[in-house]
Amino acid sequence: MDLIASKQIHVQTLIDHYKHLPGGLLPLLHAVQNCFGYIPASAIADIAVGLNLSKAEVHGVISFYHDFKTKPVGHHMVQICRAEACQSMGSRELEEHVKTSLGIGYGETTPDGFITLEPVYCLGNCASSPSVRIDDDVYARVDKKRFDSLIAGLGGSL
Amino acid sequence: MTRRDYSEAIFYLPRDTTAKALGAEAVEKKLIANGIKPIRNGSRGMFWLEPLLEVAVANQRIAFGPLLPEDVAGLLESLRQDIAEAHPLYQGPVDKIEYLANQQRLTFARAGQGDPLCLENYQSLGGFNGLRNAIEMSGQDIVDQIKKSGLRGRGGAAFPTGIKWQTVLDQPEQQKYIVCNADEGDSGTFADRLLMEADPYQLIEGMTIAGRAVGATQGYIYLRSEYPSALEVLNIAIERSNVAGFLGDDICGSGQTFHLEVRLGAGAYICGEETSLLESLEGKRGMVRYKPPLPAIEGLFGMPTAVNNVLTLGAVSTVLDRGPDYYKDFGMGRSRGTLVLQLAGNVKRGGLIEIPFGITLRQLLQDFGQGTHSGRPAKAIQVGGPLGAFLPDSQWDTALDYEAFASIGAMVGHGGVVVFDDTADMAAQARFAMEFCVVESCGKCTPCRIGSVRGMEVIDRIIAKDDREENMILLNDLCDTMEHGSLCAMGGMTPFPVRSAINYFSGEF
Repeated sequence: MDLIASKQIHVQTLIDHYKHLPGGLLPLLHAVQNCFGYIPASAIADIAVGLNLSKAEVHGVISFYHDFKTKPVGHHMVQICRAEACQSMGSRELEEHVKTSLGIGYGETTPDGFITLEPVYCLGNCASSPSVRIDDDVYARVDKKRFDSLIAGLGGSL
Repeated sequence: MTRRDYSEAIFYLPRDTTAKALGAEAVEKKLIANGIKPIRNGSRGMFWLEPLLEVAVANQRIAFGPLLPEDVAGLLESLRQDIAEAHPLYQGPVDKIEYLANQQRLTFARAGQGDPLCLENYQSLGGFNGLRNAIEMSGQDIVDQIKKSGLRGRGGAAFPTGIKWQTVLDQPEQQKYIVCNADEGDSGTFADRLLMEADPYQLIEGMTIAGRAVGATQGYIYLRSEYPSALEVLNIAIERSNVAGFLGDDICGSGQTFHLEVRLGAGAYICGEETSLLESLEGKRGMVRYKPPLPAIEGLFGMPTAVNNVLTLGAVSTVLDRGPDYYKDFGMGRSRGTLVLQLAGNVKRGGLIEIPFGITLRQLLQDFGQGTHSGRPAKAIQVGGPLGAFLPDSQWDTALDYEAFASIGAMVGHGGVVVFDDTADMAAQARFAMEFCVVESCGKCTPCRIGSVRGMEVIDRIIAKDDREENMILLNDLCDTMEHGSLCAMGGMTPFPVRSAINYFSGEF
C-alpha cells in the first residue's frame, strides 16, 4: 500500500473515532495534525463528510487557530515568546538574532525543512524569561548564546 | 549539634515546566548517575531558585538551589560529610525561606510538597475533605457556602462565584456543565499552570464539588496547548481519580456522577474569553458570543454552564474543607480570601505569591522581588496581563484589591505582575498592545478587528512624529470607540495599556 493511501485510511480511522464526541472537531484536528504534522487538504474533505459539515466550515475552524497548519512544517518547531514578560527581558533582541541566525522569519521554514519558526504569546514561564519552546520542551533564560547552543543540540544540517 | 544521616534522606526535584526549562532534567540525570532517584514533586513557585532540590532528613526539608548539573556531585559529597550548610546553594529549611514563609498559602498550600500525582499524598494533606463534606450537602447548601465565603472569579472579571453557581442551579433539571477555563493566556501569569502541574487533584476536587452544587454531571477542562506538561499531569490525575472513585458514576460511594475530560485549545488568546471558549469547546471557531444569554443559562451546547477559572475552582475545595468563614477572614473590603500574584518579567526573584488581598506593588517588588533582574531602576509595572495598564512609580502604593485597582483605571485581573526596567520603550509597548489585538482578535466586532489595525498605524505615525498632535487626538478617539463599542474585553480593554503608556509616560510619544 502506498503512503498516501495508508494516510487516508488513518484519517478515516480518526474521523470514526471522534465523530460522535461532542465538539469533536478540535480534538480530531489535533489528532490529524499530530499524525501528519499538518492537516492535508484531502483530510479536510474527508473530515467535512465525516462530521457532516461543509469544507468551508472545517477550513474556517482550521484557519481560526494559530496551531493548525495546512502545509508541512519543519522537522522541529521553534517558538519564540513575544509576550510582555519576555519583552521586558530582552526578547525583542533575541527575536532579531533568531531570525538572522536561522535565516527565516516567523511562519517560515528553513530551506532544508529542518526548522519552522513561529511566534508564541506566552508559555507561562514568565518568571524566567525570555522563553523559547522547541517541540514540546520549554527553555528559560534564553539569551543569544543559549539559543545557538539549543539549535546546535538539535543536530541537523544547520 | 547532632550529625545528620543523609543516607536515609529523600530527595525532591520539581517536574514543573519552569524547573525543567531551567535544567531539572539534567539535574535528575546526574542524581540518578549518583545512585539517587528523586521524587518529582511540584514546584513551590520560587522560580528564581529552580531547579530547587529538597533533601528531606530528620523531619526537615532542606533546600538547595538553583542547582546546576555540575553542582550535583559536590553537593552530595557535602551532604555525606554533613557540611551542606556551608554549601553555596544552601537555602535552609524550605518552609523558612522568607519568600515562602511570608505568604499565606491556601490554594497553593500543597504545591511542591510531594508527587502531584500521588493520591495518598493528596489525601494525607487534606485532599478530598471538601468533596466528602460536599457530598453530604444539598446543592443549595454548597452554593450558600461559596456565597458566604465571598469568593470571586479569579480569571480576571472577579464576578461572585456563588451568584454564578446559583444561576446554574436555578435552571430546571437538565444536562448542565462545569467548564474550567484553563486557557491562561495573559503574559506574566502561570498560576493556573502551576496549580495544574503541582496539585491537579485540587482542581478535580473543585470541579466535582461544583458539579454537585449546580447539578452538572459532565465537566471539561479547556487547556491551552502551550501547556503540554499540564496536559500530561491532568490526564493521569483524571484517570487515577476515576479508578479511585473520586470521579465517575459513584463518587466516594455516594452514587453521584461526575465525568471530567481535558480538551486542548489550539493557540488562540481569545478563547480565554468564556463565550469564545464555549464555541471552541463545541468544535467551532472561537468567536465571542453576544450576552445575554449568559452561559449560566445557555452555555455549552446551549445548556446551563458554570465557567470558572482554575484558581476559582481550586479555592472551592478550601472553602468546603475549612468553611466559608475561614476563607472570608483573609482579604480586605469586598476582595475576600487570598490573591495569587505572579511576579514576572524583569525581576530578581520572580515566582508565585499567594497572600491576602491588600499588598502594594511596591512591597511586592521590593520585599518579594528584591528589585529588577537587570539591576536597573524599575520603570513600569503591567498588572493583569496584556490588557492591563502600565503603572508608573507614583501608582505603586495602591493596594492590590479589585476595587482599589479599578479606581485608578487598572485591574488586578488574573494577578500577573510584569516588571519593566528603565530601558523599556513605552511607545513600543503601546504599539505592541494594539498589535497583539490585531493578532488575537476573533474578528466579530469592528472596533476590535479594525480598530486595532488602525491603532497600530496611528501609533506608528506618532512614533515617526508625523502630525503628532492630530494623531494623538485620533488615537484617543479610537481608544474611546474600542472601549465602548467592542463586544468583549479584548477590544474593550486593549486601550488600557495604550492609554496608560500615554498618560504616564507621555514624554516617550
